[in-house]
Amino acid sequence: MTALSALLVRDIRLAVRVGGGALIGVLFFLIVVTLMPFAIGPDLALLSRIGPAILWLGALLANLLALDRLIAMDQEDGSLDLILMARAPLELAVAVKALAHWLTTGLPLVLAAPILGLLLNLDLAATGAVALTLLAGTPALTFIGLIGAALTVALRRGGLLLAVLVLPLTVPVLIFGVAASNAAIVGPVPFGAPFSILCALTLMSLVVGPLAAAIAVRQSLE
Amino acid sequence: MMRLSSSDLGCVRGGRQVFHGLSFAVGASEALVVTGPNGVGKSSLLRLVAGLVRPAQGRLVLDGGDPELTIGEQAHYLGHQDALKPALSVRENLGFWTDFLGGAIGRAKDALAAVGLDGLAHLPATYLSAGQRRRLSLARLVAIERPIWLLDEPTSALDAAAQAMLAELMRTHLAGGGLILAATHGPIGLNGVKELRLESNR
Repeated sequence: MTALSALLVRDIRLAVRVGGGALIGVLFFLIVVTLMPFAIGPDLALLSRIGPAILWLGALLANLLALDRLIAMDQEDGSLDLILMARAPLELAVAVKALAHWLTTGLPLVLAAPILGLLLNLDLAATGAVALTLLAGTPALTFIGLIGAALTVALRRGGLLLAVLVLPLTVPVLIFGVAASNAAIVGPVPFGAPFSILCALTLMSLVVGPLAAAIAVRQSLE
Repeated sequence: MMRLSSSDLGCVRGGRQVFHGLSFAVGASEALVVTGPNGVGKSSLLRLVAGLVRPAQGRLVLDGGDPELTIGEQAHYLGHQDALKPALSVRENLGFWTDFLGGAIGRAKDALAAVGLDGLAHLPATYLSAGQRRRLSLARLVAIERPIWLLDEPTSALDAAAQAMLAELMRTHLAGGGLILAATHGPIGLNGVKELRLESNR
């Protein structure tokens, strides 16, 4: 097994075992979205109108939950020192860690979204549109979060600071994610325009996230 | 022949000068023991050689190594922490580092036996004692061959038998032409080692 695939397998294993964060994110997502109809009341028209926004906000918050463990866990037990010394470039190592994080927390959110669409009175097309935007947009949330996780790596209990740092940066993703979902449901903007921008944001974060995170990790361990 | 040497090495951490003007040399089959009181910079020196801390001044040169790789990439670093995941089994922990560190595979198959943990291969690392965790961490050094060993307090938490085992591992490593840099307060069980004593500059 190559170095990077070994890291991917290890991080996925850690996430799905006892004490890992894989299920917490999707359970939190389920609870937040389930609470909304109780808070708003049984106004089906209103629910279906704001449904995509609720799903996106839920996904945004659920994604934050396990982010503080993304790099800090390796820092606490000394693994990060060895990852820094390894022959695999740090940029790729942190990118692989973020990929493992997305597979275990981001992807389950995408899979859970269609079920939650029922609670929010979304029809089949609308549910499909939201799930598609989440599939395209949640990697951006993870890779932007990766920068925050790297910046707070040297801090004990950096979770709250992480949320404050990361949430403002995810605003564009939220705007275009919800805009694309609404475009598919009510129009009048075609789905393609905001969806392409969402994909562009994701591609950009895939490049910028690991580079910035690697710089931040190197600085914080000096 | 491999040779690691430094000239006029200085280290600043958190705005405080830890040490300066440090010169040493270690050749193949040699061990250098770094001693000195707490806070004098023994760990910082090892982290500096590992490439985890940048030197504030001076140079660190490795002759006879692989010119494509940095010094850190040719070294094993055994720090204060054991770099183990409690949720993974003993075998999974070692297997991950063997795959991730890469390079020349040493005695990967019997690395667990070499540190006396072969009977516990399937046990999650969370159930290991401090000494067993340390031994599992040492298994990494056996599983993958690296010419330079950077050991920070390698004997901590080890009982007498494990210390003898560590000394044997180090002798084998030195016999194979490797070099060792160890920070320690006590004897590490090797004869004829060079000593680098760091003195407090406060």
